[in-house]
Amino acid sequence: MPSRALRLGLVVVLAGAMVLPFVVTNFRLFQCAQVFIYAIALLGLNILIGYNGQFSLGHSAFYALGAYTTAIMIDQWSVPYGWTIPVAGLLCLIAGFLFGIPALRLEGLYLALATFALALAVPQILKYFEHWTGGSQGIVLSKPAAPKGVPLNPDQWLYFLTLFVLLVLLVLARNLLAGRTGRAIVAIRDNPIAAQAMGVNTALYKSLTFGVSAAYTGIAGALSALVIAFVAPDAFDVFLSITFLSGIVIGGLASISGAIFGALFIQFVPNWAQDISKAAPWAIYGVFLIGFMYVMPRGIAGAVRLGAARWWRRRAEPS
Amino acid sequence: MLKKVLLLMLMTAFGLGMLAPAGAQTVVGVTATEIKIGNTNPYSGPASAYGTIGKVIGAYFKKVNEEGGVNGRKINYITYDDAYSPPKAVEMVRKLVEQDQVAALFQTLGTPTNSAIHKYVNQQKVPHLFVATGATKWNDPQHFPWTMGWQPNYQTEGKIYAQYIMKNFPDAKIGILYQNDDYGKDYRKGLHDGLGEANAKKMIVMEQTYEVTDPTIDSQIVNLKNSGANVFFNVTIPKFAVQAIKKAHDLGWKPAHFLNNVSSSLATVLKPAGVEASRGLITALYMKEITDPQWKSDKGYQDWVAFMKKYYPEGALDDQSNAFGYTVAHAMTQVLKQCGNDLSRENIMKQAASLKNVEFPLLLPGIKVNTSPTDHAPIEQEQLAKFDGERWATFGELYDASKK
Repeated sequence: MPSRALRLGLVVVLAGAMVLPFVVTNFRLFQCAQVFIYAIALLGLNILIGYNGQFSLGHSAFYALGAYTTAIMIDQWSVPYGWTIPVAGLLCLIAGFLFGIPALRLEGLYLALATFALALAVPQILKYFEHWTGGSQGIVLSKPAAPKGVPLNPDQWLYFLTLFVLLVLLVLARNLLAGRTGRAIVAIRDNPIAAQAMGVNTALYKSLTFGVSAAYTGIAGALSALVIAFVAPDAFDVFLSITFLSGIVIGGLASISGAIFGALFIQFVPNWAQDISKAAPWAIYGVFLIGFMYVMPRGIAGAVRLGAARWWRRRAEPS
Repeated sequence: MLKKVLLLMLMTAFGLGMLAPAGAQTVVGVTATEIKIGNTNPYSGPASAYGTIGKVIGAYFKKVNEEGGVNGRKINYITYDDAYSPPKAVEMVRKLVEQDQVAALFQTLGTPTNSAIHKYVNQQKVPHLFVATGATKWNDPQHFPWTMGWQPNYQTEGKIYAQYIMKNFPDAKIGILYQNDDYGKDYRKGLHDGLGEANAKKMIVMEQTYEVTDPTIDSQIVNLKNSGANVFFNVTIPKFAVQAIKKAHDLGWKPAHFLNNVSSSLATVLKPAGVEASRGLITALYMKEITDPQWKSDKGYQDWVAFMKKYYPEGALDDQSNAFGYTVAHAMTQVLKQCGNDLSRENIMKQAASLKNVEFPLLLPGIKVNTSPTDHAPIEQEQLAKFDGERWATFGELYDASKK
């Protein structure tokens, strides 16, 4: 596809995103902010699973770590919320990197199980450190208002904040994956032995990828704490990890735009399922999942790419 | 070029933002023919067993509507699944308030979920009535004037047992088993507070906890027995209550056994644990235990059964949650009746805070619901009952937390 058209498309989407807060209700903005947050988390998970080929069922743990970092910093030390987001990211980067080191010995399903254990443990650990985390009662926060002089209500402000963070992280992810580092990450997924033979330090790269992935998810968690204005251990169970996993598969593995499609899916499809049937919303959701997998085996991003390519080819060929 | 376009977009965007209307409407969610009431319940997820409460409430409002509604208006009851997840609860409650524009929220279920929306609903000034949780913090009208609890809170119940123990077992050696979360800790705190610091130190010989994910609690019971306790305060949910009662009986441990109200069901706790093992258990009740044979010929019980058969036939007749939802739906209907034709949010809240000596069919005889602008705890009375092998036999006077 010509890059001019792509760029035009991006400008249109961005312009739409800029105008949106002033034409839709605050409730819809809140939902959009949640989509952006999910997209950041999915981006992180996709770097790990889609690009690097390492499995994780434990990303709800990093999401929780990010959320609690923000909540505790605001609640206990009254840190301005803006500072808590990079701190949450950094903390998750370190935690992810450290978890990535022992995880080197585990491959495929075994790694999935190890991370699954992490996801199971975190809600209980959060309850244990009650003094900091408020135990199962959680921590109630105040919703951040827009800075003085900015004529936006809190929902509009959070919409722009989450959109801004998402855009920055999208660009960073693109730059990371398009370069030398990205090729090394993908090479490890495709053929670790060949990658090593080419001089890629697989151990270091795998741990680092784990760290970066966790940092993305942690930042998403931090933003979610701000948008929901409440954290509690029950919100970060294994089911969240599985939701993320289904999000990246539906959105499109190893695709940056897939994170956004996946986020739209996990935010809105459960609600539609509930509108269709109150009695069995998860059965409907399951039907959606299977339907998407069947119709778009390479995820929504893959289907969009394929569709666009076909369209361009047809235009290029004089009929 | 790109930058200029973006800048222009931003400026238009902010310009539009300034123009956004900020109109306020006083009577939200009410038309001449209907009133919208919003609810969230865990229809899926770990607490989905409670989802039946949301359903039975819907069934009761259907009955009210078929009988002509309240003051000529039908109740439009909108209920969403929050899966017991705080973020989902925030989303669904915002949907109810901002999109569906409900007049009031009613019986939103769960402590973490209600904590997540507590501030929001009070900022929005939406009545947040009769929340379904036993935590203590819902009765705080000074800081949260739009929120109101419903059932007696766990701490109150703990205090009732403490008073009884001090009076009847002056040299008690108390062993406690509680679930390691806010529910268990609230009961524990109630007992401690009720005993007073000195007594608590002297009387409580052992405290054991369990996690809700534990497979069994056998070792805790053995420890409690070996501690020499002669009073057992059993703060467990039904699954573990059955185990505790059985294990204590099998060990031949015969303490004065106080079982929390949460597990007072004959059908799901006492009978599975064994009638012999359960004989002599003491609990505190505020509702008629519907699987207790003594209520078989009670009018309130019979009306409820008839209602269940007609409006909610798929609901279980041995599930106390169905009686709970039915009763609290009566209270909501009562509030709407008292509102008359003024269904503004202010008046709904005002009427909810002026329930005077109201009795509902499935509350224990004599238990009256009272609220005021400074008292957002509707049910504060409970009565002790002892299991005689067949039924809960109530004894002693009604305990009233608001008077002590």
